[in-house]
Amino acid sequence: MRGRRWRVVVLVLAAVYFLVPLLSAAEFSLRTPGGGYGVGNYLAIVTDEVLFTSLLTSLQIAVFTAVLVLVLVVPTAVWVRLRFPSVAGLLESATILPIVVPPVVMAAGIAFVQANLGGPVFRALFASSATALTPFYVVLALPFAYRAVDNGLAAIPLRTLVEAARNLGSSLASALLRVVLPAIRSAVLGAAFLTLALVLGEIVIARILLYTDTFPIAVVEVGRSAAGVSVALSLASLVFTWVLLLLVSFAGGRRSRKASS
Amino acid sequence: MTSTADAPVATERGVAVEFRELRRSYGNTHALDGLSLALRPGELLALLGPSGCGKTTALRLLAGFDTPTSGEVLIGGRDVTGVPAAKRDTGMVFQAYSLFPTMTAAENVAFGLRMRKVGPAERKRRADELLQVVGLGERGGSYPHEMSGGQQQRVALARALAVSPSVLLLDEPLSALDARVRVQLRDEIRRVQLAEGITTLFVTHDQSEALAVADRVAVLNAGKLEQVGTPQEVYAHPATPFVAEFVGTTNHVPVADGRITPGGETRQVRPEGLAVGVPDGLAATVLTSTFLGPVTRLVLTTEVGELVVDATSRPGLPAIGDPTRSPWPRSDSRTQIQRLAGNGLRPPRESLE
Repeated sequence: MRGRRWRVVVLVLAAVYFLVPLLSAAEFSLRTPGGGYGVGNYLAIVTDEVLFTSLLTSLQIAVFTAVLVLVLVVPTAVWVRLRFPSVAGLLESATILPIVVPPVVMAAGIAFVQANLGGPVFRALFASSATALTPFYVVLALPFAYRAVDNGLAAIPLRTLVEAARNLGSSLASALLRVVLPAIRSAVLGAAFLTLALVLGEIVIARILLYTDTFPIAVVEVGRSAAGVSVALSLASLVFTWVLLLLVSFAGGRRSRKASS
Repeated sequence: MTSTADAPVATERGVAVEFRELRRSYGNTHALDGLSLALRPGELLALLGPSGCGKTTALRLLAGFDTPTSGEVLIGGRDVTGVPAAKRDTGMVFQAYSLFPTMTAAENVAFGLRMRKVGPAERKRRADELLQVVGLGERGGSYPHEMSGGQQQRVALARALAVSPSVLLLDEPLSALDARVRVQLRDEIRRVQLAEGITTLFVTHDQSEALAVADRVAVLNAGKLEQVGTPQEVYAHPATPFVAEFVGTTNHVPVADGRITPGGETRQVRPEGLAVGVPDGLAATVLTSTFLGPVTRLVLTTEVGELVVDATSRPGLPAIGDPTRSPWPRSDSRTQIQRLAGNGLRPPRESLE
């Protein structure tokens, strides 16, 4: 009984801690210059062409990043688990490095590369936000994506499934696509959406490298001139991320519901 | 006993399989040390041995999941040592549950046919047919986690058979199941194997399973073949001390003039080869008594050490702590003792040549 009371207290305190700032922000974002309340700040997001374009740019980078991360991480994690389980710990440590190195240090390194390496390939690479930022966001997203995918692989009898598929005439690539990927679908979706959330929030590298047409930077810029719109944007992107996470849960849970019905 | 006497020839009912001087080493550890063994077309051969004896390694080498350090694997007379697993034409049931979790039972069974580009209608027909064969005709739409362990292994068997493989490989498929389901599925595997006439390698560490289901049993120890023979031969005429110890329970009994006598020559006698309650036998006390249904297993202390005796379950058997008049070789088992003595527990090399 006493434990239950404590649980309620902790739950209420946590709710206050999280909800008060959110509700305050929502209240602030709904204020109008005249002193009343309205949805003007939210309409401004849709009608502001700069904001809309930056959102599209960031979504494009997010999709590129997620695809590249998954193409790198899924086969690597499978290969390590199947063929080199002894180096799994080493690889896990290596994937943490992007977290250990502060983004500002990484950005300084990238800026040095950008300034000192010429040639058409590098010029083409650094010509637009999408091509310039995607490789570095791939590095930033690696720890989260690797962990999510590796946890998914740990939850299935990977070796047995792959061997069963091969025994039935499937190639290794086909076994990966037809058997392993569907079995770790929610982990892969989780990795993709974590990558998306990371890209929609990353500001340090983009700002230092002067790629200012991304969504997070647009939010900050808007905040300087229109605080209400900036807060509305922050709330909207938060809701967007929640919706994505809910979609992940739904996608992961649909199979078990379908199976248990 | 000769293990490689039969030439590997394909027949209507199945194909021959042969391991020739197969070795698989991991550093200084020899998982398989010169295994030579032939499976006759259409037979079920149980590869029996303790954990780490190399039996699963042999099966994986046959399936193509591993590469031998040296030696050859032949299926139907063809050397498949370098052939990838996907092209070996074997069907395998794994020890762990191996059904694809996002596919239904029918989709699992049809997977191999899909890989062989068989059309949807034929895939469905074959999947339905095989699910009927394993008694799961109504469960085609079920997902693996909706099924019990026994049902999952039945579907795995149907999946392995769906592609009409040349060889069926069973890697301890019953070890994760409870006792009753084990026996049921064991008998079912045998029934299906006989019906399909498919050459089958059944890897197990469970001697009762091997003896019950196999046409022949091959006993492996430390990567080497100890004996190959029918279940009756392996049980009644163990070729080596290891086989005598591993297959069944064995008493080491000093025997002189056909009687248990301290100081006599040591013979190996099965528990059912001894009797209790013999009036002029040795004095013994019952240490434990285990009712096993038709027989009761008694562990007795005697002046020649502990002896295990399987007595027909009946009223009046001595209970724990009771003195009894000595275990005694049964009259009908003396021949067996003599035969065991005659075998002289030859060394493995000699017994195989």
